[in-house]
Amino acid sequence: MITAALLLTLFLHFLLLSLLAVGGAITVLPDMHRLLVSQLGLLTDAQFAASIAIAQAAPGPNVLFVAVMGWQAAGAGGLAATLLGILLPSTTLALAAHRWGEARRTWRPVQAFRIGMAPIVIGLMVAAGWILAAETPGRAHLIVTALAAVLVWRTRLHLLWLVGAGGVIGALGWL
Amino acid sequence: MSPATPTSDRTVAPLARPASPTALFLAFNALALQGFGGVLAVAQRVLVEQRRWLSAEEFLQLLALAQVLPGPNVVNLTLMVGDRYFGLRGALAALAGILTVPLLLVIGLTTAYMHFSAVPQVAGALKGMGAVAAGMIIGTAIKLAASLRDTPLGLPLATALGTAACIGVALLRWPLLYVLLGCGLLACGVAWHRLGGSRT
Repeated sequence: MITAALLLTLFLHFLLLSLLAVGGAITVLPDMHRLLVSQLGLLTDAQFAASIAIAQAAPGPNVLFVAVMGWQAAGAGGLAATLLGILLPSTTLALAAHRWGEARRTWRPVQAFRIGMAPIVIGLMVAAGWILAAETPGRAHLIVTALAAVLVWRTRLHLLWLVGAGGVIGALGWL
Repeated sequence: MSPATPTSDRTVAPLARPASPTALFLAFNALALQGFGGVLAVAQRVLVEQRRWLSAEEFLQLLALAQVLPGPNVVNLTLMVGDRYFGLRGALAALAGILTVPLLLVIGLTTAYMHFSAVPQVAGALKGMGAVAAGMIIGTAIKLAASLRDTPLGLPLATALGTAACIGVALLRWPLLYVLLGCGLLACGVAWHRLGGSRT
């Protein structure tokens, strides 16, 4: 039974998670699982896992897995509750922080942050790709990942060709 | 440290700017729809290489802020780019662009997936696309690393710090917060120190 109280619970919980999600909404996945599967029983384990897989396969930001969870848990109301909850605090903060930093572009700590964080961000991007690749073991899988990395790095091939080729290779069962 | 070398062609080329919030909406909508398995690689390709709304350095700077703040990196980055050109209106236009159509698609796909998830070809295609998505992020990172050539940190130190952050998160699976605090504070501290020596 979907009640206003339930939607409010979802909304408030995701509001809180939003501010904890350094590195993206995926980092607070365990808390979402606790709430939606264990505590409220709104989703099965399979539905929970499928939410992430679907959002990753679909075009668009991966944070939409939160919307899929809300949708499966409580329809359109659930979708609004979880997605607005996860986005409102973090977007407000991001906007405020960006303006604060822009107003102090020449301030030494702001400059130090910009210069210092650049290599860290690159390292974290490689790590994100690595973790994504490691989700599915296997040599063929690794070769596809490495090949895609080289093609993106060295060529201007349209990214959709790469994704399409990956999909075809996978559908043919070569992975 | 290293002598100042001219920056790469990409950063020297004059930057453009979006014509209107509508242009922002359309651009972010288009790049979101190309972003399978994550939008970051496409965002770099479109914003830096095609539209030239950001230099590689600016992209990294915004991404750095987006990383340390809570919330999805790509969404944070989107807001910042929109805000930069048209304030709140721009931020909301860009955000709407990156979320609206993908949201409708993902809900449609959820319905379809429930019916077809057992088909081996569908599962295989998802696997293949996942492998490519991982490679796309890594390739983009390597490309962006070229902008580190002139970093005041010095290339060896920058490489060491980036590698350490990568190993901490990917291999040791340390919580991102600790890696950001550890490597990030160290890097920012050195940058602070270097800035004091030669103000530009």
